[in-house]
Amino acid sequence: MTTKFVIVGAGPAGMRAAEQLVSAGHRPVVIDEAHRFGGQIYRQPPYGVQRERSDLYGFEADRASAALNRFASLLPQIDYRPNTLVWQVAPQTLQLVRDGRDETLPFNALILATGATDRVLPFPGWTLPGVVTLGAAQVALKYQACLVGPRVVFAGTGPLLYLVAWQYASHGGQVMAVLDTAPTGAKLRAVPKMLARPTVAAKGAYFVMRLRLAGVPIYSGVRLLGAEGREHVTALRWQKADGTQRTTNCDAVGVGHGLRSETQLADLAGCRFDYHSVDQAWLPTRDASGRSTVRGVYLAGDGAAILGADAAELSGARAALAALEDFTIATSTALASSLEAESRRHARFRAGLETAFALPANWAADAPDDLIVCRCEEITAGELRECVKTTGAREMNRLKALTRIGMGRCQGRMCAPAASRLLADAAGCDLKDVGRLRSQAPVKPLPIRLMREAATAAPVPFEERDD
Amino acid sequence: MIEKLSADVTIVGGGIVGSSAALFLRRFGLSVVLLERGLCGAAASGVNYGGVRVQGRTLSQLPLALRARSIWSRLSSYIGIDGEYVQSGHLKIARSESDMANLEAYAAQMREHGLSLQLVSGAAFRAAHPMFGARAVGGSFCAEDGHANPRLVSPAFARAAQAAGARVIEQCTVSELGHTGNTFVVGDGRSVEVKSSWLLNCAGAWALDVAQRFGDAAPLTRIHPGMAVTEPVPRFMDVNVGVEGGGIYGRQTARGNCVMGGARGAAKGSLYAVPTAEAMGELCRRMADLFPALADVHVIRFWSGVEGSLPDHQPVIGPSPNVPELIHAFGFCGAGFQTGPAVGEALAELVYHGRCDIELAPFALQRFAEHDSLVTS
Amino acid sequence: MNALLNRLSTVAPRAPVHFELDGVPCTAQQGDTVLTAILTQATRLREAEFSGQPRAGFCLMGACQDCWVQTVDGRRLRACSTLLEDGMRLSTRRQP
Repeated sequence: MTTKFVIVGAGPAGMRAAEQLVSAGHRPVVIDEAHRFGGQIYRQPPYGVQRERSDLYGFEADRASAALNRFASLLPQIDYRPNTLVWQVAPQTLQLVRDGRDETLPFNALILATGATDRVLPFPGWTLPGVVTLGAAQVALKYQACLVGPRVVFAGTGPLLYLVAWQYASHGGQVMAVLDTAPTGAKLRAVPKMLARPTVAAKGAYFVMRLRLAGVPIYSGVRLLGAEGREHVTALRWQKADGTQRTTNCDAVGVGHGLRSETQLADLAGCRFDYHSVDQAWLPTRDASGRSTVRGVYLAGDGAAILGADAAELSGARAALAALEDFTIATSTALASSLEAESRRHARFRAGLETAFALPANWAADAPDDLIVCRCEEITAGELRECVKTTGAREMNRLKALTRIGMGRCQGRMCAPAASRLLADAAGCDLKDVGRLRSQAPVKPLPIRLMREAATAAPVPFEERDD
Repeated sequence: MIEKLSADVTIVGGGIVGSSAALFLRRFGLSVVLLERGLCGAAASGVNYGGVRVQGRTLSQLPLALRARSIWSRLSSYIGIDGEYVQSGHLKIARSESDMANLEAYAAQMREHGLSLQLVSGAAFRAAHPMFGARAVGGSFCAEDGHANPRLVSPAFARAAQAAGARVIEQCTVSELGHTGNTFVVGDGRSVEVKSSWLLNCAGAWALDVAQRFGDAAPLTRIHPGMAVTEPVPRFMDVNVGVEGGGIYGRQTARGNCVMGGARGAAKGSLYAVPTAEAMGELCRRMADLFPALADVHVIRFWSGVEGSLPDHQPVIGPSPNVPELIHAFGFCGAGFQTGPAVGEALAELVYHGRCDIELAPFALQRFAEHDSLVTS
Repeated sequence: MNALLNRLSTVAPRAPVHFELDGVPCTAQQGDTVLTAILTQATRLREAEFSGQPRAGFCLMGACQDCWVQTVDGRRLRACSTLLEDGMRLSTRRQP
């Protein structure tokens, strides 16, 4: 009986995992929610739209081409399923929806390479049309050949802030300012760790230099005060490190504070989670090989921990090797060891990034009561604080039950980092003590009509005759 | 360091029954310690459908349900919040002529006992309730029924009990249960031990863990009702809806989400349950069948829970045959949210007065004496 | 300002796709998502359920669920991940 290998996610990690499995003679299923493979960093334009890879991927063009071309050549040897959402995980079974049809997919070995989104710290006015994440600004440019703006302010922190600002400036965007909430001193302190990956560190410095040459003002130690406008954003109010307040007129704001891993499927699969101080997030526990705490479930790429595209390729390959070790007679110690060794360098660099681009320490305490935290349910910071005061809630799922935070369509993807910081601040405890929101199926909204297509409803069994 | 407490009453289980019992006991001036394994009101009491309904219950439950109705109508005077309780009315639908006949027979029987129901069918029904598909031929409407948000209501009973002076201890897994002389000794073996004259077993689906320590048995099993909630939808339904024959029930909250129940999930360990794909698919089919307006709407969460069930679909409420100061209240078979506060009040009366006005004989544990206890662990 | 997204002038336009936005006939391009089609000529995708405030998406990668748009016949589309098709009739105002 052949082992059924299933990979969820066709970004750098998923693509490399597929390659590793194919080279060992297997035919994995590769499931991806998007129309085309590549994930976010190597996102390709829609079919029929031609763009130069150098234009799309800049410095990463060679790596992108290599990864995309390799995966393209694998297609005849894999069961590739784009436009497919995994909405539930049960033991050895996935529930999929594709083109409005529901399907059950059994698996033996599951490699979760579900990637990441921007990590969001709300500020007043962040729900206004025209305010988007840094990732969104990048998707508009890469995937849809559009710019947000024309006048755009980029704000938040993290390496993506500078990359996206530079991508916009070099494509004719009017970048009004780059506002980094991390202080200058933090970046200097991070230099030793960032030297673990000197080329990447150099790229960051390059973007800063080019932005300065282009006349884009860059500020550090910024505090974001609010986006203004009624139908859409028209200005961003902010505070310089020295406390002076400024207002920058704009038509768009791109904001993000690093990335957060998409871990819902790992949660539904029953993986154990631990709190990680570098990511300041609960992540599914995995060892150096990518094995989770659930037999047959492997974790790779940014969906397991934020380490970037290059590390994602390494961990995707390593996780595939782990699955092969567990389910076949394969052993490949040398390759596995070298993948793990290379991955460790990435982890060191990552720790440096967290130092350089730390989240604002006082964000929660400074958040005004009328700040919308959960944009789906429109729940404010004040409502969360009131709940803690009235009920003594100190745990995220309890907070969700009592305030509705995280009960909207996005299941807390956008609000959980902020909500947990507010809860910890209001309850007077550490971030890790408030726990994390439990994922619930379906991990994304599922049309009821989907289920109707199957056979008509069976008669209700007697023992289910609930009222 | 084990904290040693003593009280008139120890309650095991902080769901709506245990928490409301604690509140009513405090109103009688008795001292209470409530021990809850997790957080109060987070198990079945917190994840159920939220139906607050008298219609559909058996005659034996009517006194409890009618008593509970008067508590619900003044809910905020007990727990300080409205818990999103709304007296929307409960509409039980017939999907065939024989279903309709059943509803008519039920209504006739209940009318004599103080429950008034209005039967509607044909054109009048379709005019009053246009949101159903062709499968609905009529219905029975109970104007005084409604629905509420269990996530808010159940924990609020525990907070109200605490505010009234009950000692509520959460994150406390009871492992020690004993009775010597006239005193119960209950504790978790590490942080707390309580001595009391009375013990209330309100441990829900896990009530046998308590009962068996005192030689009591019941054929309690666990069921896992399936639940789904949709994204917010423009208002199309004001009533709480059930169907004759069961299997699907639905309500629309004030914010527009539709909460639907039906089908069965699966146990995940002994404390939790998860919705299965089959159950979720089945629930969606039933939803779309009953409410065509939902066809283009999305489900945003499925869930399940752990609920105690007994073979005759009636709970156990009443003193232990072995230890009279042990009073049980468990096995509500998925219908314990509405009656919960009245059960709590009845328990408090049993302790304080030695009796209660509501007839509890139908719920005696002894009715199972001839059966083997079937325990699903 | 009447658009949130602006097309790169360096990329050649693709074949037109015709659709209707709030009852008004519009044109966008092959390869546009519903989000792009709308926001290159408007500043909102929908109204938030509880406040009625305008929303125009946020993450553009299918995570935030902010960009759900209704069609005139009551279907719902996630605008950032749905490609525009000829004949779509889209509504950015709340429907009863």
